[in-house]
Amino acid sequence: MKRIEAKHPWAVRWTHWINFPILFGMIYTGLMIYWASDTYRIGWGSFTLFHFFPDWFYALFGLSHKLSNGMAWHFFLAWIFAINGFLYVTYTALSGEWRYLVPDRNSFSEAAQVMLHDLGIRKSAPPQGRFNGAQKIAYTGIVLMGMGSLITGLAIYKVVQFSWLVTLLGGYRAARYEHFLLTMAYLMFFLVHVSQVLRAGWNNFRAMVTGYEIKTEDAHAGRTQA
Amino acid sequence: MPEEPKLDPVAEAEARRIADNDRAVEAEMRLRTRRGFLAGGVAAVGAFAAWEWIRTRRPDSGEPWPLRRVLDTNEELARDYFSRRRLAREFPVSEAPKELRVNERIGMEDPLDLAEWKLIVTNADRDDADDSGNNTLSMADIRKLPYAEHVTELKCIEGWSQKVHWGGARFADFAAVYAPKKGWGYVGMETPDAGYYVGLDLDSAMQPQTLLCYEMNGEPLPEPHGAPLRLVIPTKYGIKNLKRIGRIFYSQERPRDYWAELGYDWYAGL
Repeated sequence: MKRIEAKHPWAVRWTHWINFPILFGMIYTGLMIYWASDTYRIGWGSFTLFHFFPDWFYALFGLSHKLSNGMAWHFFLAWIFAINGFLYVTYTALSGEWRYLVPDRNSFSEAAQVMLHDLGIRKSAPPQGRFNGAQKIAYTGIVLMGMGSLITGLAIYKVVQFSWLVTLLGGYRAARYEHFLLTMAYLMFFLVHVSQVLRAGWNNFRAMVTGYEIKTEDAHAGRTQA
Repeated sequence: MPEEPKLDPVAEAEARRIADNDRAVEAEMRLRTRRGFLAGGVAAVGAFAAWEWIRTRRPDSGEPWPLRRVLDTNEELARDYFSRRRLAREFPVSEAPKELRVNERIGMEDPLDLAEWKLIVTNADRDDADDSGNNTLSMADIRKLPYAEHVTELKCIEGWSQKVHWGGARFADFAAVYAPKKGWGYVGMETPDAGYYVGLDLDSAMQPQTLLCYEMNGEPLPEPHGAPLRLVIPTKYGIKNLKRIGRIFYSQERPRDYWAELGYDWYAGL
């Protein structure tokens, strides 16, 4: 028997969907800035496996020669990113929603089982509440990453006024590098997140828009499936 | 005729009840879905419209005016927070490389003629200024001021940074002798041909690490780095560190700034 169940509160849905284009904008304008001094690479000594980024990349996304425009947008969107993130964290903290989101002792072993299941090695998924262990780790981690971007960003932006922070982060160059690494980590998160959403299906995705999901209760066993 | 299988009336009623319920649930969810995606769609169109609106506004010094307002607001907040006591990190002299990247030569296209070079100071609070309010100084006048040196990281707005060992006179010591008029909050600097020019808030200029610099690595400042006299201001991006200073003028308003006219933040403070 089917029933409708509330899943995501409106505050979580709105902050999530506001964050999506804003974070995209932060990354895009961040790349417009990075273009002006694109020094990072994967390589050893004189050997470069991959340069961040090849010319075709900048050309494809139209990122070249836009440093000043990139900075102007970046320092505008950063306010929305910070305020939206602050509202999300405040809401989850005060409403008690954080209990669904913050990993506990069991989350890490559960996350390993989820991973084995997703890779097709383990037959059944471990039983879970609203979010499984892997999700808890991911959703708490992404909030910490957001804070990390704000902190490293502030350190680069006002390096003399916040020199104590810069020292803590290992210096100006280190802070810039950390800011960049976090951006790359967002892209990884995004890839996994979107593929998991596609796997989880329509009912799950719809819940992030409407707030509600349909649950089917097996009348005999009394078991609930999302 | 084959006999119809007999249905258990209880089970039949139960099955109908479940089917009715599920239909009602699906209908209710369709309604919620329509409502949710409609709200989402409106929000998405609104966000796109906001982006399009900002992007197409009349440019103010190279950026759409709403973005220029944000840069200026960020500047106000940064200036409220700024303190002259906060210093840029200093490094041991041994960590300063001998070579410094030369990024631009704007305002230095003419060959340097040291014999011709002079520093014009405008609007200083002094009785010995000429009719135009100018004082004309030589390098000897600058060298009379107390000597200061530091190794700090020069930070280019492009993103690269480099430690440099600078030496010269503190701007604060210069401004003690050639003081701004009372209540004036800005200072501008230009190359002799006025091809490159920067504007500074006096607060940043008076920070003790700001130098009128004439030495690099303990040697006279090389020509590509702005001989005979350049500005070193570690609380600002490299774009404000003007080379080959020809004129220093105090101002009541933000002086024009080469890169701020081309879309960059006027304050460019670190």
